[in-house]
Amino acid sequence: MRADLKLIEPWIANGSRVLDLGCGDGTLLDYLQREKGVTGYGLEINPEYIEECVRRGVNVVEQDLDEDRLGNFRDQTFDTVVMTQALQAVRRPDRALTEMLRLGREGIVTFPNFGYWRLRLYQMWSGRMPMSSTLPHTWYNTPNIHLCTVRDFEALCQEHRIRIQSRTVVDNAHRSRWYNRLWPNLLGQIAVYRVTR
Amino acid sequence: MAADYQAADSVGIVEPRTLHFQEPVRLEGGHTLPEFDLVVETYGELNAEADNAVLVCHALSGHHHAAGFHSAEDRKPGWWDACIGPGKPIDTNRFFVVSLNNIGGCHGSTGPASTNPDTGRPYGPDFPVVTVRDWVKTQARLADRLGIEQWAAVIGGSLGGMQALDWAIHYPERLRHAVVIAATPRLTAQNIAFNEVSRKAITSDPAFHDGRYLEHDTSPQRGLMLARMVGHITYLSDVSMGEKFGRELRDHAYHYGFDAEFQVESYLQYQGERFSENFDANTYLLMTRSLDYFDPAREFGNDLSRAMAEARCRFLVLSFSSDWRFAPEHSEKIVNALVDARRDVSYAEIHSNWGHDAFLVPNERYLRLFRAYMNRVAEEPRHAR
Repeated sequence: MRADLKLIEPWIANGSRVLDLGCGDGTLLDYLQREKGVTGYGLEINPEYIEECVRRGVNVVEQDLDEDRLGNFRDQTFDTVVMTQALQAVRRPDRALTEMLRLGREGIVTFPNFGYWRLRLYQMWSGRMPMSSTLPHTWYNTPNIHLCTVRDFEALCQEHRIRIQSRTVVDNAHRSRWYNRLWPNLLGQIAVYRVTR
Repeated sequence: MAADYQAADSVGIVEPRTLHFQEPVRLEGGHTLPEFDLVVETYGELNAEADNAVLVCHALSGHHHAAGFHSAEDRKPGWWDACIGPGKPIDTNRFFVVSLNNIGGCHGSTGPASTNPDTGRPYGPDFPVVTVRDWVKTQARLADRLGIEQWAAVIGGSLGGMQALDWAIHYPERLRHAVVIAATPRLTAQNIAFNEVSRKAITSDPAFHDGRYLEHDTSPQRGLMLARMVGHITYLSDVSMGEKFGRELRDHAYHYGFDAEFQVESYLQYQGERFSENFDANTYLLMTRSLDYFDPAREFGNDLSRAMAEARCRFLVLSFSSDWRFAPEHSEKIVNALVDARRDVSYAEIHSNWGHDAFLVPNERYLRLFRAYMNRVAEEPRHAR
């Protein structure tokens, strides 16, 4: 299984109802369905991914996260709402986050940490927008329009009175090394949060 | 287009058959049909467990002839030949496909043009208004007759999709999947308004004779033609009409008169005329009325979620971007209600310029997604959920 999904999986209870925002090819829900008896839906806009979800037997709904359209789901419909590597790509990450906790009891969010030391150095030395293996896009053609750091995210949570239940900061291979834990905002490449109200 | 009966992906030459049902059926409107006929075509083989059957429900002007050809000389295949056949989304190598003409229709099943056993004359306007519920009820009788306890899937586009929805709500144990394409949970005022224009076109034709035109040996063809012309416009989109006709003139010049000069005019007239020669006006009235009445939430306190909570099957819901007759938002209402009711559903909005008619037009994404879903239907464990 994909390493980032392996990190998330222990946080999702058996038999719970899950909404996966930007579910991709449905890998996570497919796994959770089979191994944990989870039910729920993925939201996705990419036609190839949608087809793959259908092929796997994962419920997928074509819906753009960006148009403030999550209003079609009622409050607290889900146990857990997951959003992996999509927070930085939506137009209003703050709204996406608060919507997640309107729809579900718990939210799980992963995003690339823009505070990572190499990105900081890149910008400092070259004077240009950072690029890396996690963030391979040019500034003018990137889905990542709202990059943030670990500290930015935590400040946002504080502002919206969102409780951080757990945080794991990992390297690109989704390993959690001692130095990631020691200095997450500087040494972590990917941040994984579990949040609630 | 080289669609022929010998093609590897064609069901080939098919033959409709008429099944007679002796037991009376009580209709939603209070009338009882003492007996009725259904004309049916089937494609593929029913397996020993009788669990690979798929019901295809037709739309407003549809009928039982959904796939294949009636003879070697037949030029046009059935109306959904793009989707039904060996290796097609509804794969006849795997599924036993049942397609029928609904009661009230005019292609052989009991309808307004049939003889009223009480009078010995055509029913005409005395044929009761039938609803989607009534159709589904008679389809359930058909399933009983064919020895099908549970459909692998009930599938339909437009009015056919409404029948699939109704199956899911009223016979939850009798289907494992519902595929609801370009449908709506209820018509809007605009939809009903268009239907009313169509009906008025028919009933105001002097040849209508209060619906007893058959007894007068005539048919309100002008009215039916107008009705079809209006309907046809609503099935296409501005873009598709633009692409197909633009402002093209038939002979490159204005004639400063009112005959059909633009290509689109002669196309609509031709379509309308052909339709009016082959369709029964009373059936058209009745089918549009049935559309107007469809509203499954009504008996559940106008709460569509409660209606959908009755369902046990899984759903695939599809809409088309340029469909303004039953726009994608209508399908999304179905999807939201299903999510609310915690039912299994997948939904996609297919990009197409073909308007409401897109469900009949081959489109790569549409066919791929439909096929992927039907493969799941064929492969999943065969038990009621």
